[in-house]
Amino acid sequence: MNETASQVRHEYAVEMLEITKKFPGVLANDRVTIRIKNGEIHAIVGENGAGKSTLMNQLYGLYHPDSGEIKIFGEKKTFVGPRDAIKAGIGMVHQHFMLVNTLTATENVVLGNEPVKGLNFDLKHSRQVVKELSERYGLYIDIDAKIEDMPVGMQQRVEIIKTLYRGAQIIILDEPTAVLTPQEVEELFVIMRNLQKDGKTILFISHKLNEVMEISEKITVMRGGKVTAELITKDTNEREIARAMVGRDVVLKLDKAPHKPKDVVFEVKDLQVRDNRRLEVVNGVSLTVRRGEVVGIAGVAGNGQTEFIEAITGLRKVERGHIIFQGKDVTSAHPRLLREMGMTHIAEDRFKYALIKPFPAYYNVLLGRHYKPPFAKGAFLDHKEIKRYTAELMEEFDVRPRIIEHLGGNFSGGNQQKLVVGREIKANPKFMVVAQPTRGLDVGAIEFIHRQVLRMREQDVGILLISMELEEIFSLSDRILVMYEGKIMGEVRPEETTIEEVGLMMAGKKLEEIRGGKL
Amino acid sequence: MKKMFQSIAVPVIAVVIALVISALVILAIGKNPIEAYGSLIHGAFGNQQAIIDTLIKSTPLILTGLAVGFGFRAGVFNIGAEGQMGIGALAAATFASNFGGLPPAIAIPLTMLIGMVAGAGWAAIAGFLKAKTGAHEVVTTIMLNSITTYIASFMVTGPLATGYGSPKSPEISTSAQLPILMRVGAMELSSGIVIAILAAVFMYVFLNKTTSGYEIKAVGFNPYAAEYGGISVSKNVILAMAISGALAGLAGVTELMGVHHRFLGELAGGKGFDGISIALIGQNNPIGIIFAAILIGALRTGSNEMQFMGVSKYIVMITQAIVIFLVAADRIVRAIYARKKVEA
Ligand SMILES: Nc1ncnc2c1ncn2[C@@H]1O[C@H](COP(=O)(O)OP(=O)(O)O)[C@@H](O)[C@H]1O
Ligand SMILES: [Mg+2]
Repeated sequence: MNETASQVRHEYAVEMLEITKKFPGVLANDRVTIRIKNGEIHAIVGENGAGKSTLMNQLYGLYHPDSGEIKIFGEKKTFVGPRDAIKAGIGMVHQHFMLVNTLTATENVVLGNEPVKGLNFDLKHSRQVVKELSERYGLYIDIDAKIEDMPVGMQQRVEIIKTLYRGAQIIILDEPTAVLTPQEVEELFVIMRNLQKDGKTILFISHKLNEVMEISEKITVMRGGKVTAELITKDTNEREIARAMVGRDVVLKLDKAPHKPKDVVFEVKDLQVRDNRRLEVVNGVSLTVRRGEVVGIAGVAGNGQTEFIEAITGLRKVERGHIIFQGKDVTSAHPRLLREMGMTHIAEDRFKYALIKPFPAYYNVLLGRHYKPPFAKGAFLDHKEIKRYTAELMEEFDVRPRIIEHLGGNFSGGNQQKLVVGREIKANPKFMVVAQPTRGLDVGAIEFIHRQVLRMREQDVGILLISMELEEIFSLSDRILVMYEGKIMGEVRPEETTIEEVGLMMAGKKLEEIRGGKL
Repeated sequence: MKKMFQSIAVPVIAVVIALVISALVILAIGKNPIEAYGSLIHGAFGNQQAIIDTLIKSTPLILTGLAVGFGFRAGVFNIGAEGQMGIGALAAATFASNFGGLPPAIAIPLTMLIGMVAGAGWAAIAGFLKAKTGAHEVVTTIMLNSITTYIASFMVTGPLATGYGSPKSPEISTSAQLPILMRVGAMELSSGIVIAILAAVFMYVFLNKTTSGYEIKAVGFNPYAAEYGGISVSKNVILAMAISGALAGLAGVTELMGVHHRFLGELAGGKGFDGISIALIGQNNPIGIIFAAILIGALRTGSNEMQFMGVSKYIVMITQAIVIFLVAADRIVRAIYARKKVEA
């Protein structure tokens, strides 16, 4: 009881003072100090690798600070593990959920703290408790469904209920919106406000500026393990946050030349593709791409995009339908032929496809063109030319460090991506498949890569952009298609649609249904 | 630079540790390790005859080491060097007893070619099965090893059988025998050692300077990325197995042409399997493999002399095993460390 009293009275729910945390070779947190007021929604933003998750993991007792102090409701705490943190009233929903897939929502929530009746697990009571929590905060879930059968958004709500069940007063949400559709994000915000009304304190981690502006009261910006700004949301703007995140001015909206599409360069007709489990995950997709335009495919991850990309780039067998490139039927053609014809591909999975980690930069930039002049002289590689070209590419695409011998796997994510983007652009494509080009990158690198894509568009390259980031789709595309469960839900133009409309299509509504008003 | 230092340091440290542990074992059986090692070194390098013996023993080990090492660089585990070595020697022996009419300038390369093609073809079967059906090369090459054993014993007891005593093939024509580089007493060092070193040079140049080498390494490191870059994984898996098999076949055929001059049932005698340890110790690097093979060759040669002073020659087996264990453990440690980094 004593504790509750102090919780109410103390001004700060969380104080992390001068926290320093080193990993081998990385100073992940460098004398970080944050103070979170009781009952506030506090956003922590920063580029990937800024140290946000590390900081939160220390608050949750997963890591121990090398130095510094943590106070909860004014009381100094030392957490040996999450158990201690939970006892102190902290709950955390991780970037990657920690649920047992084969158990139901209820079972997952009570796991580790099961109510018992005699010696038996008291399912009835458990269900009731979970149901109460669910209703109280608008955390709609199906309490008897198995996790594996739920959409991601619902899994996330189960995670939140789990923290509440364990008595959390302070809830950490680590990049909760990364996996959600726009509608689900709105629902999450409603829930967060309900929790706040009930007196909970929320730490919201994100690198999406618009979200942070909408939901938080205070914003802590991190860069390179340090706090670079502490802002009051209503007194700041996206530009100021971005500057603190990146350390320089960032252009958030790029100017785009008018849409001047030329002839059709790439066409897909009624494409059907199976995944590795032989399920039909692409089911009758048709589209065309013209030279000089960007066609964007939006959608939530896992709706057949991966297999679709693999099929059109020659990496996966086509079950039915046709792929036509420059008037030639290239269905199931080998990637080498497609590359010869002028198709390049910025792959969605950098580590699986686009990069050979143990190869130095000068071998990575060669991939796909290694067997032809100027890089090959007969059967031999021309190392002198290769190295010259690599240095040129790294300069042009600002890849750092500018060391051509640096191994692919040793560059940071953004620089790996620049290396890949540079390689695929400098191959002089006529058509590019650009998949998730900025996943996991920071604002600065995103701006750079977006500029490159638009530059290609101005040079009359046809571009097919596949992305889960709606903002990216909206700012780059001339036409937007939405993919849901292997089908196209509709085609819209960015200037004639809204995020909500696209979001509904991402959730499985057909465009005609939405516009026909039959919601 | 750091990487190169590391790849030399690991095997060297492993050898030192292994020698220290073996010394403790020698001490435990009541002998003086310094004297034992003294006689080991003397037995391996003490006089011309010893050196020649060491080099003769090392020649096939260099080649099988290269065979396995080449496979590793291409992402295939060719555990069948033993069989490819045997089939190479057997195929060459089958023809080369009839090459009397040919001048050495033709007979020698021809015999070598037969051995290499046979080894390559044999290994390519496993490569083909992997590329087309996904059958793992470890399983298929082991099966091919057994098949080789039966074919060989059929050939030397049947169609090729000659003379009395242990089964063997007829002697190959003198014109198909490798020229002798040096002769000390009964020891003859054939030019096989030169061939082995040339093979190492070939592997170095092929892997580091050619477009095919680039493709094979790309497939070995990341087959998905290779395919993405327009490099056919199946073609390169078959090619990698074939080249690896050709090197193993060359090991067999140099033994045939330079040492035994006929096919004996036990020709490979585990040297194909030794290739795995040697590739591991040599870190799949052609130069490293030469040194590793000479190390193992020297241990084997020198252990005979050590035996005279009452230290079992199996001590060197312990040494060899510890070296391999430590080198492999280093890989495991590094693999775990690398994985940790990825997860973070
Ligand atoms: N367990 C770990 N071991 C080593 N380095 C780590 C570990 N966790 C995080 N890091 C490093 O610490 C830095 C901060 O990472 P993180 O806190 O995950 O950033 P964020 O969540 O802001 O993207 C990064 O450079 C990351 O590579
Ligand atoms: Mg994080």
